[in-house]
Amino acid sequence: MPLSPAVFLIPLLPFAGFAANFLFLRRSRRGAPLVALAAVGLSLVLSLWIAAGVLASPAARTLQTPWLAVSGPLPGGFAISVGALVDPLSALLLVVVTLVSFLVHLYSLGYMREDPGLPRFFLYLGLFTFSMLGLVLSPNFFQMYIFWELVGLCSYLLIGFYVDKPEANQAAKKAFVVNRVGDFGFFLGIVALTAYLGTADFAHVPAMVGRWPLYGPAWLPLGAVALLLFGGAVGKSAQFPLHVWLPDAMEGPTPVSALIHAATMVAAGVFLVARAYSVFDAALMGSVDAPLVVAWIGGFTSIFAATIACTQHDIKRVLAYSTLSQLGYMVLALGAGGLGVTAGVFHLFTHAFFKALLFLGAGSVIHAVHSNDLRAMGGLRRRMPVTGITFLVACLAISAIPPFAGFFSKDMILDALRQAHLTALYTVAAGVSFLTAFYIFRLYFLAFEGEPAPADGHGGHGAAHAHESPGTMTAPLLVLGLLSCVAGFAGLSWGGKSFGSYIRFDRPASLAADWTRATALASAHPDARGHLALADALWAGPESAEPAAAPPAPEPSRAFTLDLSVSIPATLLGLAGLFLAYAVYRRRWLPAERLAAAFGPVHTLVQRKYYVYEAYRWALDHLYYVLSAGIAWFDRHVVDGFMNALAWASQAGGAGARRLQTGRVQAYALAMLAGLLLLLASLKVLL
Amino acid sequence: MSAALAGFPILSAIWLAPFLAGIALMFAPASWTRAPRMVALAASAVSLALTVALLFAFDYRAAGALQFQERWTWIADLGVEYRLGVDGISLLMVALNAAILFSGVLASWGLRERSKEFFVLLLLLGGGVFGVFTAFNLYLFFALYEIAVLPMYLLIGVWGTGPKEYSAMKLTLMLMGGSAFLLLGILALYFGSTPHSLDIPTLQRAAASGQFGIAFQRLWFPVLFLGFAVLAALWPFHTWSPDGHASAPTAVSMLHAGVLMKLGAYGCLRVAIGLLPQGAHLWAPAVAALALVNVVYGSIGAASQTDLKYVTAYSSVSHMGMVLLGLATLGTLGLSGAVLQMFAHGLMTGVFFALIGLTYGRTHTRHLPSLGGLARVMPFVAAAYVVAGMAGLGLPGLSSFPAELLVFLGAFLHGGLFFRVVGVAAVSSIVFTALYVLRVLQKAFYGPITEPKYLELKDATFVERVPVVFLLSIMVVVGLWPFPVLRLIDGALAPLVQALGGLPR
Repeated sequence: MPLSPAVFLIPLLPFAGFAANFLFLRRSRRGAPLVALAAVGLSLVLSLWIAAGVLASPAARTLQTPWLAVSGPLPGGFAISVGALVDPLSALLLVVVTLVSFLVHLYSLGYMREDPGLPRFFLYLGLFTFSMLGLVLSPNFFQMYIFWELVGLCSYLLIGFYVDKPEANQAAKKAFVVNRVGDFGFFLGIVALTAYLGTADFAHVPAMVGRWPLYGPAWLPLGAVALLLFGGAVGKSAQFPLHVWLPDAMEGPTPVSALIHAATMVAAGVFLVARAYSVFDAALMGSVDAPLVVAWIGGFTSIFAATIACTQHDIKRVLAYSTLSQLGYMVLALGAGGLGVTAGVFHLFTHAFFKALLFLGAGSVIHAVHSNDLRAMGGLRRRMPVTGITFLVACLAISAIPPFAGFFSKDMILDALRQAHLTALYTVAAGVSFLTAFYIFRLYFLAFEGEPAPADGHGGHGAAHAHESPGTMTAPLLVLGLLSCVAGFAGLSWGGKSFGSYIRFDRPASLAADWTRATALASAHPDARGHLALADALWAGPESAEPAAAPPAPEPSRAFTLDLSVSIPATLLGLAGLFLAYAVYRRRWLPAERLAAAFGPVHTLVQRKYYVYEAYRWALDHLYYVLSAGIAWFDRHVVDGFMNALAWASQAGGAGARRLQTGRVQAYALAMLAGLLLLLASLKVLL
Repeated sequence: MSAALAGFPILSAIWLAPFLAGIALMFAPASWTRAPRMVALAASAVSLALTVALLFAFDYRAAGALQFQERWTWIADLGVEYRLGVDGISLLMVALNAAILFSGVLASWGLRERSKEFFVLLLLLGGGVFGVFTAFNLYLFFALYEIAVLPMYLLIGVWGTGPKEYSAMKLTLMLMGGSAFLLLGILALYFGSTPHSLDIPTLQRAAASGQFGIAFQRLWFPVLFLGFAVLAALWPFHTWSPDGHASAPTAVSMLHAGVLMKLGAYGCLRVAIGLLPQGAHLWAPAVAALALVNVVYGSIGAASQTDLKYVTAYSSVSHMGMVLLGLATLGTLGLSGAVLQMFAHGLMTGVFFALIGLTYGRTHTRHLPSLGGLARVMPFVAAAYVVAGMAGLGLPGLSSFPAELLVFLGAFLHGGLFFRVVGVAAVSSIVFTALYVLRVLQKAFYGPITEPKYLELKDATFVERVPVVFLLSIMVVVGLWPFPVLRLIDGALAPLVQALGGLPR
């Protein structure tokens, strides 16, 4: 069944809504939100229709048209196309993005009702939805990069939405610049693939990467290319060491944090690695073990951020560090390969729901209390029952307590790590389970249980007078709450089909044979290495033997399987974290202050986020801006100094030359003769 | 070529409309105060309308050939002809100049001081630029080139701000220095060809038939290239640009950064590379190295500038470096990127300087630390500045993105390791550019209002919005769908690429 061009409507409807709002409804407080909501609602319906089609026939289908084309440098020319690639991975993301976006649009009707910038908010939200859907549908790396940058722009605009607030502007700028550092790598990775393999199409790259030993240059291992691409993911998914922007991104309105900085955009890095997994996987054949690096970056980020989350007082910051940690979890899973790829994307899927729910619940609380500070809250479950109960569901889901959604995906990740024999990382991941349950229930008990904080303590209206939010805000909470309960069941086997039957990475059967043949060709013809035309000729050359048909590997099932030796310890660790939070923050058997004091300087180090940003700030101020000022000085004094000296010299020379004007005709004649001779001589030399 | 235009000397009309209007305006009575701007608007509108007609009549399937030619013998003994024509590259540059000139006149709508003389010079300059982009005889080319450059001295020296005399003198002397090289180079081409010729197509054929020996090319390529590259702000001949742009009045900055710098790059492409392709191959690594300095040095240098115009001027140094880098790759990708970047950068700096003019006209300062929170009182200006800034940092959806993408790809796919290294280093500028662009947005437009008097400021008027919206729209259209423009550029470059590729490496 060919792909219907109607798939283009999925991103274009939100774009049309954006355009209509921009052109006609810039001041409309009623029209703009409704147009945006209707557009994304239709996209959601279309996405579900596309996804249903993919469930029936999961083969990848592509529609694309050239966006830019020039007639060189290769005989066939060079083109970049835009279009849509529909396969299970993109269909999954389409549904997640349109669903969460729709719910966030709905929620924002209530949350942003009083805000003077409401039309502008929906304008940006529409542009973001368009860009994110364009990213998800990308059939090649270039389109992905294009939309990658556009979602970055939307993130920038929405973090800095409150334009009068200096912190918001600073945070927006930081987010953009830090992401650009990652994009530097991402872009170089794309260019390297294009330059050496001659393609950036997701449909063609998997078949080409096995030829890297011949097509790529000797100095650039495939693993390095994979890690360059991964740079983009490190930026967008806020992995260490480029994580510093995400917590500050919480300066944006809370619905934005839910949509962009929890459920969708920050998961783009995970999506990128999953999409480009053939490059990472093939790198295992070469000298740089890219997946292991990916796993360690993810694992480190997950525990690093989880410790910070335990010490923050701002409800959104706790959730932001939690997002970092969970994204680290997904990246860690991807690095494990095999089942890990399925598990990482599965966790992306479940996390989108419960993390969006956590943020929207936090927004509901902030809406009621008018403060972000956990110390200004307390006892809110009784005053805000819908928010309280759904929030509790999300807490149980993220703590991986069965049978909530997070249990299935997290268990699958642990299983994948064990299958990949990554023992150290398995231990890290188990430790993060404990920390996750601890910090999230710390948050829950501080905000929703116990006694309401007095009104004066930490700003806000006082938790005692909080009211439940309006229906536009609670309805999305209920939907997400339901999904946080049931999304995990997608991992189970239903009539032989499960999440893992659709979302999976299988190594191309010919990879090993291709790699061997490419290595042999490269050592026989070292000159052809890194030269696309020569490499192409060699590959298709007469000596090209029929590659040995590798026996297809037995396909491991990628369905969720309950392994008690993994599940029981993991669940017990989660319950232990929950219990510790209960003991410290609910019962106060062990007061938090005493706990903090016991850790002393370690607590300060963690609370100050390990001073990573301070180090960057120092380098920026003391190295970069000094260099920049040095350039200004160099221009002013050295370059201009030279020019000014030249001008001064010619003036002085002119003053000197004036004395040659003696008025004696013989002297002039002599000079003319000398000049003529000189001219003739120089012409002789030059021509 | 469309029949409707048959026999009509449209190219002459395009450049003479502003040029003759400028001359006529000289004789207008001094008591006229409002008429000069009307004359200028009318003349630039005529050029713009004719350019639109030209865009429709142009035969895009033959973008590499000279179309709408006009030939008149001028000084027969010296091979001097009045020869005009357009190929795809000229067409794009003419369109850029038409858009910027028209916008520049509108941006100067509120100018009161000696407005007659101002518009006279502006029209002469604009007309001269049209002429250069369509001239295909080196004598005519050089004459019009000087006509385009010289009014700048007076425009900055009289109507400028700050240390305007120093800036005007520096700019003029440095560009004249470049012209001296050019003159030498043009004479060398004349005497080096047999029979002696100044006709660009004839010289192209002479180059193709191997009349210019390798030693000749090695000697004269850098002379011609440097002569032009000074105007494209090649490092270290770039310092006229920050001072010049900062001192110049709004419309002059727009024209200067928008089109005059392109004149330099255009000359590098058409004359230096086009006529001395072997020389270009020999010197390409050196050009690429200097261009890389432009790209990185300009983008880092912009970060600590405190004057809005200096920030933009340093960003121009960086972005023109991309043009020069694209040229240095001497391949389809890089060259098309360079030409598109000329176009995109022209539009973008046009918008930047128009907006800076609007801001300065209201706040009376361009000093970044004194500005702040203007988005609240001038939402249009702020929003437009954000879009222009996004173009500056190469955001997809705006015309600069495909241009920079092609230049970077060109450097990579050029084949040599040296160019790949240069390409990697140049891509690093995407980080530095983000830093300085967002710093300006943050300091000038966002945050709380820094001065109570700013609360009284009014947003842009309708007349002020027209040029900005006009230029931004072109940027968005080309950015969203670059396919047709690149088809045009690609077709136009085909003969040159063939000449370059047919050479022994």
